[in-house]
Amino acid sequence: MQNRLINWFKYSSPATFYPVAGRLAPIFWVIAIALIGYGLYLSFFVAPTDYKQGEGYRIIFIHVPASWMSMFIYLVMAGWSAIGLVFNTRLSFMMAQALAPTGAMFAFISLWTGSFWGKPMWGTWWVWDARITSELILLFLYLGYMALVGAIDDRRRADRAGSILLLVGVVNIPIIYFSVKWWNTLHQGATVKMNGQTSMDETMLWTMLIMALGFWAYSIAVAMVRVRSIMLEREHDAQWVRDMIGEQA
Amino acid sequence: MKARHKRLGLILVGLAILGAATALVLNALEGNLSYFFSPTEVIDGTAPKDHVFRLGGMVEKGSVQRAEGGLTVHFTVTDMHKSVKVAYSGILPDLFEEGQGVIAQGKLGPDGTFVADEVLAKHDENYMPPEVADAMSKGEKARLQATAGQQP
Repeated sequence: MQNRLINWFKYSSPATFYPVAGRLAPIFWVIAIALIGYGLYLSFFVAPTDYKQGEGYRIIFIHVPASWMSMFIYLVMAGWSAIGLVFNTRLSFMMAQALAPTGAMFAFISLWTGSFWGKPMWGTWWVWDARITSELILLFLYLGYMALVGAIDDRRRADRAGSILLLVGVVNIPIIYFSVKWWNTLHQGATVKMNGQTSMDETMLWTMLIMALGFWAYSIAVAMVRVRSIMLEREHDAQWVRDMIGEQA
Repeated sequence: MKARHKRLGLILVGLAILGAATALVLNALEGNLSYFFSPTEVIDGTAPKDHVFRLGGMVEKGSVQRAEGGLTVHFTVTDMHKSVKVAYSGILPDLFEEGQGVIAQGKLGPDGTFVADEVLAKHDENYMPPEVADAMSKGEKARLQATAGQQP
């Protein structure tokens, strides 16, 4: 037990994680490019036309994985914040900060592609129903977190304030997910349900899952790249950074 | 009890309280967060009488009538229990169809007809290729004929 704890804590030190992140990033870039490339090919050329929506439905291959990622990344960030608050590990806060722009991007893509789909299918760009409004709040939470962390000069205070914002915002995630179930909304219910039943053609479903995995790999890759620069920026006075720069110079 | 256990406890208690508070608020808001009223709610008088609200349901099969020489469309919105007549003049979205979900925004007229000034199509969660949809509707017809054959 004691041994295992020590092993895990080893990687919570920026000095040891910096090279690990550097090795992981290219692996996930390759996975991301391969999966998204294949997923896009399936989306446009292989997946069948929908019986009612025609070709316009193909936007879901971006829309649904992006929405999933926007919610999932938020949960991961909140998890890192909780770990950081409990164990006082610097790296956890850096991970949360590194993921924020990616999460915000996915939330924005989700709203944007949804709007493009909504105009021809529903007949409107935007409505204030529970699903769409709560996803917009998620985008604001991401932006608010980034603004808050950026606005406070003292790093420790910034991390703690940002973490509390993230943890409070967690209540929004189940609201987004279950909004279509709890209330009448214009947005349709979940196609891929938690109990494993799916009301979707198999090829379409596989295409969507491959895109989701690709987005997943992309998020990890970009977070690794970003966390490395955050580490250098925050720890520029630390001995390990000096040693490393000294080695290279 | 170590300091980090205390902090973990604090976070968990905080989240639990926050979750409970949110659940209470959402529970109190109940139907107010819903985007539309169902025909049953409209007939039972739950929907607001004199101001604008949204009505949602399914366009009843065979109920769509287009007025000649105009854009006005009459149709019935149903929730399989009760139904409300709707009048609308304007362009309907692509997915508007009999037997398909729809959300109309407008006011209830004195004769009980809902006068809509906006109609949105509500899509369901089913995605499939046209051949599958065809096969499914054929299967459904066969099933209906089989049950109809058994009845007499």
